[in-house]
Amino acid sequence: MDHETPEELLYSPNHEWLRRDAGSPDEGTIGITDFAQDQVGDVVYLDLPAKGDAVTAGERCGEIESAKTVSDLYSPVSGEVLAANGALEDQPELVNSSPYDEGWMIRVRISDEGELDSLLDAAGYRAQLPED
Amino acid sequence: MAGSDHSGTNGVLTRLALHERHEALGARFAPFAGWEMPLQYQGIVGEHHAVRERVGVFDVSHLARAWVGGPQAAALLRSVTTFDVTTLPVGKAHYSLYCTEDGGIEDDIFLYHLPGDRWLVIHNAANADQDFERLRAVAGDAASEVTPETVMLAVQGPEAVALLSSVLGGGFAGLEQRDCAELDWSGTSVLVARTGYTGEDGGECIVGAEHAAALWDAFIEGGATPAGLGARDTLRLEAALPLHGNDIDTSTHPYEAGLGFAVTLDDGAPFTGRQALVEAKAQSRTRRLAHVVARERGVLRAHYAVHEPGTGEPVAHLTSGAFSPSLRLGIGMAYLPVRLAKPGVMLEVDVRGRALPVEVVRRPFYRKPKD
Repeated sequence: MDHETPEELLYSPNHEWLRRDAGSPDEGTIGITDFAQDQVGDVVYLDLPAKGDAVTAGERCGEIESAKTVSDLYSPVSGEVLAANGALEDQPELVNSSPYDEGWMIRVRISDEGELDSLLDAAGYRAQLPED
Repeated sequence: MAGSDHSGTNGVLTRLALHERHEALGARFAPFAGWEMPLQYQGIVGEHHAVRERVGVFDVSHLARAWVGGPQAAALLRSVTTFDVTTLPVGKAHYSLYCTEDGGIEDDIFLYHLPGDRWLVIHNAANADQDFERLRAVAGDAASEVTPETVMLAVQGPEAVALLSSVLGGGFAGLEQRDCAELDWSGTSVLVARTGYTGEDGGECIVGAEHAAALWDAFIEGGATPAGLGARDTLRLEAALPLHGNDIDTSTHPYEAGLGFAVTLDDGAPFTGRQALVEAKAQSRTRRLAHVVARERGVLRAHYAVHEPGTGEPVAHLTSGAFSPSLRLGIGMAYLPVRLAKPGVMLEVDVRGRALPVEVVRRPFYRKPKD
């Protein structure tokens, strides 16, 4: 099964994506990849950090509960949470149906641009996905 | 994974006879009691709703199937199971238990009484070997296993009876709840029962493996959504049906599990575990299998600790837990001390460090809306 991996995004090995905002380059939007949503299955509840919380690159910042299991959400970058996607409270399934758009999870103010260098581009992320 | 000769050697999983059918429908497989079982096809939640709102079909061929036959069959079965099967009329199915001498639940089973002193007994996959040995010990060669050469399909949901009747003919339409019968389907015999494990109406069919693909295809073409073990688990939990190995096992007895209806004591007949169950019934309960619903957003899972509000000491651990797709709430079961096992009691479940408020409710969690 082919999974979408939009070219304009940065990716973490933990299957999160980061979209840098064109207007304000120190801000970014974070979610999980198409591959990740497919792996966890139907998302039924999310425990996301709140506005003002600090997140750290590579560290747990939330939980994704699916019908079959619970998975950790890791932040791909360090920074301060500007917003969490409130729509997911009532429609957690948006993570499955629209992982790169309506299913976004948090927006952050990126505190260390240098961390972005350790993230993968789309080709690099695709290369580390399992075959099939 | 409990030992089972169905698991083959070197941990190799047994494939279902219809494995390729499931694969073609996009199934994701998971090991379960030695079997490679479809966990889901398109998604657990969608399959769950399909069964609640329309009709779904499950391949439950991992359940072990054994025949016990002969004029002594009912008496032999009575000696090893808790329910007085000798009162079960021909053409009826009933739930029963195998207990240990201590009254612990070794397995929960289903018995089908068919014409000609023939009984079909359904065992859980994980207990298949020990259960069959139990039958062999009393029935000898009158007990025979037919798991490998048959397939068992469950068709469940509000549209299930209509689908079963259209596929199998009028013979199914005449069945009442928990009736069972052998029907002729295009020249082959199909054993059907109006039973299930989802809280929905419907039926279960047992057919020779060589005819199973055609029967599966007929259900799919008739509109049934293929549903996997994931949906089966959320459906049975919403219906508050216990799962052996989770909610009941040899450390629990039928009365505290709410399964007293499956135990007959007043006929006086001896059966394995009777003495312990007579004593258990006479004693006041110390704990009871209770049903809790999350009162804040969150998902309950098996093994999470349950405690009284404001205290850290667990009073129990959840034996099952899930997000209920029908109620859109976390639901779970736990053996609570009787003083807490009362509807309306508020408790907390430790959801990985977060104290999630839960309320004890009456079973089942989900009840079909009245027409």
